[in-house]
Amino acid sequence: MSVPILKQGDVLIASIQAALSDRELAQLHDAFAEQVGRFRSRGVIIDVTALDVLDSFATRTLRSIAYTAKLRGANAVVVGIQPDVAFAMVQLGLSLEGVATALDLEEGLAYIRDVAKRGGQRVR
Amino acid sequence: MSAEVSVSIERDADIVTARHEGRQLAAAAGFSSADQTIIALAISEITRNIVSYAQCGKLTLSRMDEGGRRGILIVAQDDGPGIPDIDLAMRDGYSTAGSLGVGLPGARRVMDEFELVSAPGKGTTVTMKKWLR
Ligand SMILES: Nc1ncnc2c1ncn2[C@@H]1O[C@H](COP(=O)(O)OP(=O)(O)OP(=O)(O)O)[C@@H](O)[C@H]1O
Ligand SMILES: [Mg+2]
Repeated sequence: MSVPILKQGDVLIASIQAALSDRELAQLHDAFAEQVGRFRSRGVIIDVTALDVLDSFATRTLRSIAYTAKLRGANAVVVGIQPDVAFAMVQLGLSLEGVATALDLEEGLAYIRDVAKRGGQRVR
Repeated sequence: MSAEVSVSIERDADIVTARHEGRQLAAAAGFSSADQTIIALAISEITRNIVSYAQCGKLTLSRMDEGGRRGILIVAQDDGPGIPDIDLAMRDGYSTAGSLGVGLPGARRVMDEFELVSAPGKGTTVTMKKWLR
């Protein structure tokens, strides 16, 4: 099952619906990389509300998506990390350092609008 | 009470199944939702190691009841290349794959008991226990 990426204005949104295998996560990464360039997107939102675990591979992939977006002049934000998921990550020693996070989709969109207004991290 | 579940681990999709089975068994054993997540995460890490380094292996999950102490027993076994230096492999940040090197030390951190038995050419067995509080 691949994750659909919705385009809302200049923001790309992936809302993950069910547990993903490593391959599916890697596909999501590649799809984002390609579409951020094609649509000249300003922001990328990954909604992980439906994920009941974020492990080392998922963490690494999310970091990589954020970094790839940044290189393209876009901002990435991960939304919807569940409390238990965040707790388990911390216990294990995983972090999403360098990746913006927000409570939900709405806050994620607000964050991207905010950063854009402030001139954001766009490299000119 | 010796409900035992085993999952053969051969490809990345099996990691998802293993996590799911682990969470189910942990829930049935009475673990909190936070602990179920921790157990699923540790299972994810050790089964991914099987797929990444040994290609295939097996995960066995069972409930423990030892003199009133109850919990979950997780055994991940493979006949892969084995680990030449276990102390090194257990170190935070050590990875032969250019990865985070957090899987083994992290799994040890979140479990109550953790044992790694491995030798070059002899495969790897990780045994983890978590007790109900
Ligand atoms: N089942 C196994 N068979 C052979 N070698 C293994 C196995 N599990 C782990 N290793 C070795 O131990 C090292 C450390 O494993 P660990 O899971 O801690 O980190 P990693 O897999 O390299 O990175 P991460 O799990 O953070 O993505 C691995 O790089 C690998 O060399
Ligand atoms: Mg690992």
